[in-house]
Amino acid sequence: MLHGSGHSAHRLIMRNIRKTFGPTIALGKVDLEVLPGEVHALVGENGAGKSTLMKILSGAHAADTGEMLFDGMIYRPKNPLDARAQGVGMIYQELSIAPHLTVEENIVLGMEPTMGPFIDRKTMRQRAMEALSHFDHPDLKPTARAGDLSVSVQQLIEIGRSLAMGCKLLVFDEPTSSLAQKDIERLFLLIDRLKATGISIVYISHFLEEVKRLATRLTILRDGCAVATRDVASTSPEEIVSLMVGRDVKDLYPRSSRQRGEKVLEINQLAGKEKPKNVSLDLYRGEVIGIAGLVGSGRTEFLRTLFGLDPIVAGDVTVHAVTTTAPSPAERWKQGIGILSENRKEEGLALNLSIADNITLSSLKNFGRYGIVSPAVMSQRSAKWIEKLGIKCQAATQKISALSGGNQQKAALARLLEHEVDILLLDEPTRGIDIAAKARIYEAINEIVTDANNPRAVIVISSYLPELFGICDRIAVMSRGTLTRAVPVADITAEDVMRVATGKSDNL
Amino acid sequence: MSKATHLRSMLAMLGPFLALLVVYVIFGSLNSRFFTTDVALNILTQTVIVATAAIGMTLIIISGGIDLSVGSMIALSCVFCAWLTTKGMDPLMIFAATIAFGAFCGACNGSLTVKLKLLPFIVTLGTMQIFRGAAKVATNGTPINLPTTVSAWKPWMGGVGLPYGVWMMLALVLLFSLMLRFTRFGRHIFAVGSNELTATLCGLPVARIKILVYTIGGAMAGLAAIMNMAKSSQGDPTTATGMELDVIAAVVIGGASLSGGEGSVLGALVGALLMTTIRNGCGMNGIPTPWTEVITGAIIVIAVIIDRLRHRKA
Repeated sequence: MLHGSGHSAHRLIMRNIRKTFGPTIALGKVDLEVLPGEVHALVGENGAGKSTLMKILSGAHAADTGEMLFDGMIYRPKNPLDARAQGVGMIYQELSIAPHLTVEENIVLGMEPTMGPFIDRKTMRQRAMEALSHFDHPDLKPTARAGDLSVSVQQLIEIGRSLAMGCKLLVFDEPTSSLAQKDIERLFLLIDRLKATGISIVYISHFLEEVKRLATRLTILRDGCAVATRDVASTSPEEIVSLMVGRDVKDLYPRSSRQRGEKVLEINQLAGKEKPKNVSLDLYRGEVIGIAGLVGSGRTEFLRTLFGLDPIVAGDVTVHAVTTTAPSPAERWKQGIGILSENRKEEGLALNLSIADNITLSSLKNFGRYGIVSPAVMSQRSAKWIEKLGIKCQAATQKISALSGGNQQKAALARLLEHEVDILLLDEPTRGIDIAAKARIYEAINEIVTDANNPRAVIVISSYLPELFGICDRIAVMSRGTLTRAVPVADITAEDVMRVATGKSDNL
Repeated sequence: MSKATHLRSMLAMLGPFLALLVVYVIFGSLNSRFFTTDVALNILTQTVIVATAAIGMTLIIISGGIDLSVGSMIALSCVFCAWLTTKGMDPLMIFAATIAFGAFCGACNGSLTVKLKLLPFIVTLGTMQIFRGAAKVATNGTPINLPTTVSAWKPWMGGVGLPYGVWMMLALVLLFSLMLRFTRFGRHIFAVGSNELTATLCGLPVARIKILVYTIGGAMAGLAAIMNMAKSSQGDPTTATGMELDVIAAVVIGGASLSGGEGSVLGALVGALLMTTIRNGCGMNGIPTPWTEVITGAIIVIAVIIDRLRHRKA
C-alpha cells in the first residue's frame, strides 16, 4: 500500500496496474511515474496496452488492481469528468468537439458555470479567455462556431478544455496524426510552453522523431507490460525498437549488398493533367529509388499517372522494353507493376473484407480456372504472407478492419508480393504506423531488392528523409511537378534534398 | 480463429434463421392450424416472387448499389410477358424474352449509374417512375388478360414434393451463393462494394462489374415477372407496386449492409420467408393488416439494430 507522504516529488505514480477484459490480459503489471513539468513519452506497438493504460489514468476504465497517486494523493477517478476535475486531462486522437457549439461553450462543456438555472455567460467567457490565452491563435475567438475551425484549432479547444479546469497532467494520444506540418510545429511549441509552466505531459506517439523532439524520458510498453523506462537522449532508435518488439533489431534500416541488374522501367518525359510535368526516370532491377519532396509537390500524382490511375497527357513509359502511352491499372498489373496507395483506408484496402480477400484481390486469376476461385487456397497463400511479414491476426479469414494500421499495411504490401510483381511503387508505405511495423516493412523492402532468386525494383515515396536515406540507393526530389535526376544517396545530404524540395535550388 | 469470433460469425449467419424459427413457432403456438404442410407450402410459394427479385437485389446491394425500380420493372416485364403470351408464342421463347427484357431494363439502370456517374438511388428513383409509366402507357392502364387456355397453367402447381417455382427459387439461391463465394466475379462484387477505389487500384473492371450486376438484377426481376403473371393470369401494369421495399427489406434482414461489401443470398431468402410468414401468421390469427405492417416494419428495424451491434463488436 502506498502512502500519500514522501512521494510528492512525483506528479503521477501508477503502480502495479492490472486490467483484464474477460480472458484477455490488457495490462499485466504496469508502473509509470511522471515528474512535474516533464514530457513523458509512452511508446509501444498497437495492442501493447497504451490506450488501456491511458483510459485508466483518465477515468474511462477502472483498473482491476494497482494504485495511483496524483501529487501525492490517492487518485481514483470515477469517470473522465472526475479525472479532469482532479487534474488529469486527456486529448484524444479522435477529437471530441461539439461542432455546432461555440469555442467557449465547448471549453466549459460539462462544467458550465451557472447562475440559478441559467448559464453564467460572463464567467464562461472569462474562463474561456483564460484558457485561450495559452494559445495566441488568431482564429480562436470564443464566439466562433467550433465546426467552422480547422482540425488543429479544434485540438486547441480540446486542450483548452483541460486547461480551463486547471489540469496539471495532460495526456496526448497521437496528437499529430491529423495535423499538417506547420500545425505540428505549433503544437510542439505549445507543449514546450505548457511544460515550462510546470504542467506534466504524457505523450503517446508512433514517431520516434517526435519523442526525441519533446520528451525527456520514455516508457516502452510491450504486451501489456512496461518493459523499460529510459532517458530519451541516451537511447538509440534501434534499442527502442528492440524493446518494443522483443527481439534484437540491429539496424532499423537493414541494407544487404545490392546489385544493379537490367533496366526494368524507363519513364520518358511523363506528364499528367497538372502534375507531374516532364518526368524522366530509369529504374533498374535490384535497386530502391526514393522520391522526396513536399506534400503536394506531385509525388503521388506521378505514381498514379505512371500506374494508369490518372491519365497520361504526354510522354511514355517503357516496362521491360515494351512502351505504352495510355495504360490501365489492369495492364500495369499484367506488366508486373504493383502499387501501394498512400491512403490505406480510403483506397488501399477493402476494409470489410477479409485479410485473404485483400491480399489476393489483384491476383484472383491464379486461384482457380474458369473464373472459379478456391477460398481455401486463398487463405493458405495468405497465411504464408501473414507468417512471413509477421501480420498479427487471428486468421486469414479475419476482417482486415480488425487489424492495427501497421498490420493492415503489411497486408497491403503482401498483395504486391502475392502478385509477384517486378516493380513495386510504394507511396508513403510507413505513414502513421508504429515503429515496429515500420522496421518490418524496411526489412521486407530490403529483401525484395536483394532476393537472390528474384531481385525486384522499388520506387518509394516518403516525407521522412532519414527513412529515404536509410532504405534507398538513389533519391530524386519532386518540386512543383518536376523531378530531379536520381542521385546515389552517398553523394547527397538531407540539406541538398530540402533545398530542392523547397524551391531554393533547381537540381541536386 | 478464436472460439468467440467463430461463435459470433456463426450467430450472424444464423440470426435470420433463428428469427424465422421463432416467428414460425410463435404463430404456430397461437394457432395450431399454422403447423400444417399446406400453410408451409403456401408460405414458400408466396415467397417465390419476392425472393427471386431479392437474389438480384442482393448482388446489387453487395456491390454498393441499390435498385428502387425493381417493382416497376417487374410490372413492365409482366405486361411484356402477357403481351407475348397473347401472341401465342412458344412458352420457352416467352420466358427467355421476358428475362432478356428484364436484363435490358437492369442494364439501363447500370449504364446510367456507371457511365454518367450518377447515384443509383436517384437513377432508379427515376426509372421506377419510367418503367411504371411505360407499363401503363403500353396497356392503357388496363390489365392484359391471358387467353383461357393459358391461364390454367401455373408454375407452382405440380412438381416433385415442392412446387416447381419453389424448386427454382431454392436452386437459384444455391447457384448464386456458390457464385458469390467461389467465383472471381463473386469476389469482385464484394470488392467493388467494399471499396471501389481499392478495386480500381487492383485493376478490376469496376464499370463492367457494376453494369453486369444490375443486368443480373434485371434478369431476376424478369423471372419474378413471369412468376407474377402466372400467379395472377394477367399482365397488370399496377402489379408489384411497392414490392421494391419488400425486396430491399428481405436483403437487409438477411444481413446485407446498404453501404456495400456485405450480404448473402441465403440471408435474403430467409428475410423474404420471414416477411411472408408474418403476413400469413397475422392473417390466420385474425390480426388486422395494419398491424401486420407494424410488425414487419419492427422486424426490419430490429434486423438493422442487430446488424449494428454485430459491427460494433467485431
